[in-house]
Amino acid sequence: MPASPSPTPTAPAASARRKTVALIGNPNTGKSTLFNALSGLKARTGNYPGVTVEKKIGRVVWHERKIDLVDLPGTYSLSPRSLDEMVSVDVLLGRQSGVPPVDAVVCIVDASNLERNLYLVSQVLDLGLPTVLILNMIDVAAGKGVTCDAEKLSQRLGIPVVPCEAHRRKNLDAIKAAIAAAVDAPPRLPEQLFPEEFVREVSTLRETVRRVRDRDLPPFLAQRLLLDRGGQLEAELVDHSRAGQELGKELEAARERLAACNCRVPAVEARLRYAWARKTLQDVVTRPQQRAATRSDGIDRLLTHKVGGLIVFAALMFLVFQTIYTWAGPLMEWVEAGQGVVADWVENAIGPGPLRSLLVDGVVAGVGGVLIFLPQICLLFLFLALLEDCGYMARAAFLMDKLMSKLGLSGKSFVPLMSSFACAIPGVMSTRTIENRKDRMVTLLVAPLMSCSARLPVYLLLIGAFIPAATLVEWGEFSLFGGDYWLVRLELPGLVLFAMYCVGVLVAIPVAWILKKTFFKGETPPFVMELPSYKIPSPRVVFDRVYDRGKAFVVRAGTLIFATSIVVWAAGYFPGDHDREDQLTAEIETLEAEREQLEREPEPTDETRARLTALSGEIDTLSEQRNTERGDLIRGSLLGRMGHAIEPAVKPLGWDWRIGMGAIASFPAREVIISTLGTIYSLGGEVDEEDEGLKGAIKSAEWPDGRKVFNVPVALSVMVFFALCAQCAATLMVIKRETNSWRWPLFTFVYMTTLAYLGALLTYQVGRLWL
Amino acid sequence: MRTLADLNLGESAVIADVVGDDAISIRLLEMGLLAGEPISLIARAPFGDPIEFEIRGYRLSLRRTEAERVCLEDAT
Repeated sequence: MPASPSPTPTAPAASARRKTVALIGNPNTGKSTLFNALSGLKARTGNYPGVTVEKKIGRVVWHERKIDLVDLPGTYSLSPRSLDEMVSVDVLLGRQSGVPPVDAVVCIVDASNLERNLYLVSQVLDLGLPTVLILNMIDVAAGKGVTCDAEKLSQRLGIPVVPCEAHRRKNLDAIKAAIAAAVDAPPRLPEQLFPEEFVREVSTLRETVRRVRDRDLPPFLAQRLLLDRGGQLEAELVDHSRAGQELGKELEAARERLAACNCRVPAVEARLRYAWARKTLQDVVTRPQQRAATRSDGIDRLLTHKVGGLIVFAALMFLVFQTIYTWAGPLMEWVEAGQGVVADWVENAIGPGPLRSLLVDGVVAGVGGVLIFLPQICLLFLFLALLEDCGYMARAAFLMDKLMSKLGLSGKSFVPLMSSFACAIPGVMSTRTIENRKDRMVTLLVAPLMSCSARLPVYLLLIGAFIPAATLVEWGEFSLFGGDYWLVRLELPGLVLFAMYCVGVLVAIPVAWILKKTFFKGETPPFVMELPSYKIPSPRVVFDRVYDRGKAFVVRAGTLIFATSIVVWAAGYFPGDHDREDQLTAEIETLEAEREQLEREPEPTDETRARLTALSGEIDTLSEQRNTERGDLIRGSLLGRMGHAIEPAVKPLGWDWRIGMGAIASFPAREVIISTLGTIYSLGGEVDEEDEGLKGAIKSAEWPDGRKVFNVPVALSVMVFFALCAQCAATLMVIKRETNSWRWPLFTFVYMTTLAYLGALLTYQVGRLWL
Repeated sequence: MRTLADLNLGESAVIADVVGDDAISIRLLEMGLLAGEPISLIARAPFGDPIEFEIRGYRLSLRRTEAERVCLEDAT
């Protein structure tokens, strides 16, 4: 404990200033729920400079008075071990740039688990700031037969204690009133837990730091430097410089002196604080003598069982996936349909020309390209929030830890990676639950290698066109309802599809391993994880989380994805003389309008019918001409020129410039390659992977010397490229947002593109020998 | 000396000491694994690792290597 706390001095004029309160608490205490309940869903979010911690500031309004509420990451202690963990301490000490000095602290605790929660409280109280204690989850505590006398606790601690059920939004007014009172309260004088010898060593160490390193450390940080062996402060101050080495010697000497007088670092802190917590809770908390076996225990026995637990886990994951595939599909079709409606509307309002092309192919397609991900993001987070809030996620990490530890990761990486098979975007966003920065970064960087649903159209097109539907294995034939079935039946197309899904995983394993050995080297982080009690998930908490994630994606990543779409549109549009194309479009539209009018006639005459047939013929001819024109235009565009320019580079992959161009054009999203190939083969951009015309066109595409471009090795090489490449602007932008730096999306793009190139090269060169 | 990793399913014991003074040991101490504290083994994950314990009225998961740092008092 600091010998003399030095909280921010409050100048008399400062009362007019907007007050700031920090919210802190252990994980699983309902902190985010309380934050949302207090501030509504209108928090401002951002990042602290240089770290991956999200900055979240909300506003509490109490009797027309506005108070800023800073949400700090859930933590078990204020002993910073990394730059990320240092943020909370810096905010509380008023040293964090971009956050005003904190006037009071709101500390939320789990009433059913008070003893351990009070460890953090005791550290927070050392800061000397006015503090409000929120006794959350009193309903859960009651269920366990635990009661807590809030009044008595308040007297013992000398701070206001407010009981609460945040997920039911109970007692919010009392909390707001307590916060409003606390921001005006004078600083507190903390109770001294540490013995005289320790306090003396802290002041000596402060002096040493001032002398040796010329830094004035607040007493709280001097205490942390003494206690946290290998912590962030030690890493910062005890470096390889001469001053750093001298400080290191002094620090070790101080720790040795303390060990000699029964204050061994680091155990002394836990011993004193837990003793204090137990004493504080004496007669305040009553627990049942014999801990009754709760329903949670019964559920836990099944869900963490060696066999049963794995079966339930696999079934749950399967269910989540199945539901995302079946539910997201129709929602994504709605987005596409909506996009079509808006595009039609624009086409009716504006004549053919660059503006219309920009609006339809750039703006509307760009917005659609952002919104198309929303169904998957929202659905996945709906499930993740449900599993998280009911307490299952920690069990999933528990079950999968051994498997993931082989990669140097922890069980917490499993669900984000699994989610990435649906879509890497929510996968990357869900890595936030991994507290260890290195584990989180490795997980986030390999997540895009998992074969997401956007790769499927590319696989389906090429498999459909080039992989013969040969049956490899057939066994156990039986007839049922007149149809013939096989117990085991393996077909080549299915096997190739499965192999494509395996490629990503097989590559991710060495990549994760290498990243762990190079960029994110370090000691194995502790996997000390609380397994919270099971509870019924709160619909409100789940909804808030889905809303929060969806909004974060649209607002923060969406703009960048949109910008990428516009850039790629421009590269495909310019340079080029679009007059002929626009003229053809205008003619087609006039004819189409006439056809529509004739079709509406209630009793068509023979003459009308003849005119209709003639019209359809003319429209088809003109459309063909337009498709040819569009094909020529894109070939002459910047994109087409880039395709030609990179042809020497992609030739070893068995590709011609058209495939190379398609790969460039699909930078915003992998599936774009299909419509690009449609345009380039003069079929129009509205083709899909089932389109027989497109399959035919790529089958008959030829090199200038008449050889076919596509064959099985080329098709496989393209598929492997798309399995491994980073052609998804949305994923890269989400990585930018989550890591708060351009370095990592760039790194992801470079390493994935390199792997994709090498993989495609190997596939083609080896395939050419065998197939 | 017996450690937490040696406990049988459902068995309880009293913690004697947490070995080491690095970040992992600090974390174990912060989570309340202190000398004199009773602790019991609730479940083991597939492959026997990690292990679920109950201490101070809550559930905690530790890897085997972490559990091995926690020495137990001899049963009397």
